Amino acid sequence: MNPFGNYKTVISARATDKEILKKAQDGGIVSAAYIYGLESKLLDGVIVANTEDGFNAAPKVATTPEEVLNAAGTKYTVSPNVSVLKDAVREYALEKVGIVGTPCQVQAIRKLIKYPMGFRHTDSKIALVMGIFCMENFSYEGMKAIVEEYAGIRMDDVLKTDIGKGKFWVYSKYGDVKSVKLKDTHMYEQKSCHICTDYTAELADISTGSVGSPDGWSTIFIRTEKGEAYINKMVEAGVLETKNIDDVKPGLDLVQKLSLQKKEKNEKEIVQRRELGLPVPY
Amino acid sequence: MVRIAHIHMSGCTGCLISLTDTYEKLLDILGAVELVYALTLADEKTEITETDDKILIERKIPENIDIALVEGSVCLDDHHAMDDILTTRKNSKIVVALGACAASGGVTRFARGGQMSQPSHASFAPIGDVIKVDLALPGCPPSPESIVNLITAALEGDMEYLEPFAEIAKIGKDACGCDVIKDVINKSLCMGCGTCAAACQVRAIEMVEGKPNINSEFCIKCGLCGAQCPRVRFPELLQKIE
Repeated sequence: MNPFGNYKTVISARATDKEILKKAQDGGIVSAAYIYGLESKLLDGVIVANTEDGFNAAPKVATTPEEVLNAAGTKYTVSPNVSVLKDAVREYALEKVGIVGTPCQVQAIRKLIKYPMGFRHTDSKIALVMGIFCMENFSYEGMKAIVEEYAGIRMDDVLKTDIGKGKFWVYSKYGDVKSVKLKDTHMYEQKSCHICTDYTAELADISTGSVGSPDGWSTIFIRTEKGEAYINKMVEAGVLETKNIDDVKPGLDLVQKLSLQKKEKNEKEIVQRRELGLPVPY
Repeated sequence: MVRIAHIHMSGCTGCLISLTDTYEKLLDILGAVELVYALTLADEKTEITETDDKILIERKIPENIDIALVEGSVCLDDHHAMDDILTTRKNSKIVVALGACAASGGVTRFARGGQMSQPSHASFAPIGDVIKVDLALPGCPPSPESIVNLITAALEGDMEYLEPFAEIAKIGKDACGCDVIKDVINKSLCMGCGTCAAACQVRAIEMVEGKPNINSEFCIKCGLCGAQCPRVRFPELLQKIE
């Protein structure tokens, strides 16, 4: 089983901008790529999972670095980013759109590029597809239950959430840090995630995630020529600090372990559903 | 040279406009094919027969068509329309249902007669109800890019790319916003990407709590939401990004 999909290189990296690092989930790669894109005119608009009231997520077309920064950080709930893609090229009249998504959303983007049945004059305007690693996702009510019932922090007071080291961590605006065992969160997982066999957003130009790199850094898979050219420009411009993935701990082995875990577990679910006569994507 | 025809049934010409909306790519296609029939774009041989009580005007759909792009649904109550669609099938190697009306009835699903000057013209059906359709391309209209991709793949004989369209021709006649409910949400497949909402051309789909909410009063049964959903069909070839 191929754990990562096709890629050219893997690196460990973080943004050099302190403002980005302060707000970012890990190394601030998505924010840095977007802000660099907007400032260098490589992109004229980007789709973000915006942070809404009550630590909810909602897709938004962002055209300024401030809007990008406001959306930084992981919200462990569904943000239907693809739903605003056509708006970005119509209402916002964007010519070079950056879009970020979970592996399933990146799959959706690749499909609409290849089969753009209801996407007039859209696919040629997609300038950069970024993917983020994803093990599974929660509905908003599910995330709320974990945060409020298990961690005991009100949604309005949440500063940051993070899944790492076997736990769901909640940081409040007032400095409290609480954790919930992942075992307690499983029942709130979106069940449609259980047939997903992509952990590292294998179809993106660039995919990034926390696993494999130290705290405050991100692991980046550079997959396409477009992605490679983009990252090279970022490094030349000095907005990214990079390290060889072999020189960082815990390194690629952990990414591989988690990826194969997800693939093997969800392959079983796919087989089970097929046996029951339930449909799976084909 | 490949002989292509555009057959206009009960449609609005929007599908043909969408084809021409490809600008220079249309010229590439026209350079590679012979457009043998398209009432909107080219003169046709017209036969006029005058009798005592009426004047008969006939335009003949040519023989030996390689690809017939059929736009619009069939009015079962109009014998001219019935003749045209049957002739199209007889004369064509590949019949493409171009757009929602031809593929799934589209907005003509709501037609029910009772209007002058032909109040008896009440029954409109996707062309697949009357003839065998080889490929169906949903959309109202389908995007220019998707029309070009389909024609290009048909010219190149890229059956792998065309496979989803062949499948929609077989099973897509009842397309509706409900497809997303029945085939995706109800089957525990919807992960909330929002592609259906973006694809919908009448904004009948709103993402609520990370899932599509279908406003069926707005839905015009074009088939795009189900066709674009990556959790229904995700062809193998999409794995190849470079």
